[in-house]
Amino acid sequence: MKNSSRRGFMGKAFGAVAGVGAVASLYAMKRSWDPLPSVKAAGFTTLDMSEYKENELVVEKWRGKPIFVLKQSKEMLDTEDKNMSEITGKTTSAMDKKRLLKIGGEYYMVCVGLCTHLGCIPGYRPDKKDFLCACHGGMYDDAGMVTKSPPPRGFDIPPFKIDGMKLVLGESSPEYEKMLADGVTLKV
Amino acid sequence: MAHFTKATSLHDWMNQRLGVDTLNRVLATEYWIPKNINFLWAMGMILAITFGILLISGIFLLMYYQPNVHLAFDSVNYTIMQEVGYGWLWRHVHGVAASVVFLIIYIHMFTGIYYGSYKKGREMIWISGMLLFVAFSAEAFSGYMLPWGQMSYWAGMVITNLFSLGGLHANGLVEWIRGDYVPAQAFLNRFFMLHVLLIPLAIIGLIALHFGALRIPHVNNQDGEEVDFEVESKKYLAGDTKNSKVIRFMNDFLAKDMMVVGIYLIFFFYLVFYHYDFAMDPVNFDPANGLHTPTHIYPEWYFLWSYEVLRPFSTNVGLIAFAFAQVIFFFLPFLDRSPNAVPASRRGLFQIWFWAMLVDMIVLTAMGKVPPEGSFSVIGHYAALTFFALWIALPFITKFEKKV
Ligand code: HEM
Ligand code: FES
Repeated sequence: MKNSSRRGFMGKAFGAVAGVGAVASLYAMKRSWDPLPSVKAAGFTTLDMSEYKENELVVEKWRGKPIFVLKQSKEMLDTEDKNMSEITGKTTSAMDKKRLLKIGGEYYMVCVGLCTHLGCIPGYRPDKKDFLCACHGGMYDDAGMVTKSPPPRGFDIPPFKIDGMKLVLGESSPEYEKMLADGVTLKV
Repeated sequence: MAHFTKATSLHDWMNQRLGVDTLNRVLATEYWIPKNINFLWAMGMILAITFGILLISGIFLLMYYQPNVHLAFDSVNYTIMQEVGYGWLWRHVHGVAASVVFLIIYIHMFTGIYYGSYKKGREMIWISGMLLFVAFSAEAFSGYMLPWGQMSYWAGMVITNLFSLGGLHANGLVEWIRGDYVPAQAFLNRFFMLHVLLIPLAIIGLIALHFGALRIPHVNNQDGEEVDFEVESKKYLAGDTKNSKVIRFMNDFLAKDMMVVGIYLIFFFYLVFYHYDFAMDPVNFDPANGLHTPTHIYPEWYFLWSYEVLRPFSTNVGLIAFAFAQVIFFFLPFLDRSPNAVPASRRGLFQIWFWAMLVDMIVLTAMGKVPPEGSFSVIGHYAALTFFALWIALPFITKFEKKV
């Protein structure tokens, strides 16, 4: 009796030590899979916004992801109002104005160029002024608002800071915080 | 204390220390196999052999492969394919085996389903088998990342994105799995580790479990007969091998098994030498490019059915459908409510269920390969719904099945 209760105590004591060790090792293993500091630090890209032309999609790169930059023409700003979003059932114009970046008096769409469904890169069709994702047929309008599912939402917008005609991606600003607060984009 | 005597032979020396005779009896010469089984029961052995082929060809690939985003593509497509003597052979053997192994796994699974070999004490065989299926899937996916071509990169992107869990937007989890914002060096390195060490270790352990799970219930037979292995083996050992319903695993049954394996190997090497291209996606001969998606991203053929189940739906429903398809086969022994462990041909409605499931999975596979447009996407949609309907119907139709 005495013996077995001593063994029981030893068993529990070992269990406690092993438990602490197991949790600690799991934490270490989790941390080893985290992105490295060097990966995180390399996360800034600066764009010169004066170089873009209207209705011509340019793909930049930020954190290894494609960034769509599409300067809006007068016509594009106007016709947007007619688009209907399949997801919300509303015209996309209300959302569009909030999604575009106003830099030096011009409007730009600046988005992460990955389909919000499963991350393919949709193609831009300048004649139709829309994006088509070949993977599962999702569509977006020329302001990056989703018009046909399966994508659940418009393109995500990267954190940005406007500095004259320069745009810094990866750094937040009051304009970006406002977009987050308005639910225009998710945090990327 | 154990008593050792002076050994009379090397065999005796080993036997005293390792009990080789006992092992041999339990695992081979007195492991009894029913006589009334057909070539479909050789699929398990074919799988074991194909795993061996994957291991050996993999070891040779490993000697020149470079797990580095700048070097990986060339180390495979240039060094191994053009410079290394017979490097092309290892690569084609490895690629063909990785594809064919799934064909055999599906045949093996559907054999088990047809003959009801997942019931009456064989549940653990089935569950360990499904664990093997999951491990092989993970092994195939991680291996597909290694050449770092366009399909590697984009399949890696799309599949890891599944872990954002749709509406939950778990981007942190996705970045944690990748070790970066997109698939990059950390991603390639850790999938390399998984592919060459961790998952193969798990597979070896699971194969041991699968075989262990077979030892007590023994394999089923093609007539759904409940063989009394005690009685039949006694008959056999008493010399009445004609009337006994069983034979020894070794050498008797193994001789039959190896005959089928031999035919399989001829087919296998025919593919390796003359039709290896079916296992090599042309898109993956372009190096990975994060700024350009291939027009159609589709997985290898063996994942198409579960991928097609996901495609017709919105993100969240699609994810749930996908998760369902991934795990539902695990529950087969418990969703089949009938005690009949006999061939499907004698099980009434279940026979229809069996063929409907087989055809549905083939349709899903075919629709997963074609672009998701027009009538293809409609057929795919209905095939996906049929898949779920069949699983929901299973407990009901088996519950009311007549006992045979
Ligand atoms: C991929 C690695 C696998 C290997 C190496 C393997 C190997 C084997 C072997 C050698 C046998 C005995 C001979 C035979 O009946 O074919 C067997 C039986 C069996 N396996 Fe597998 N297997 C694998 C995967 C699976 C999978 C994915 C399943 C399905 C979930 C499965 C389910 C079964 C069942 C139900 C039996 C018993 C058959 C019967 O009793 O008639 N196995 N396996
Ligand atoms: S990834 Fe674009 S529609 Fe699915």
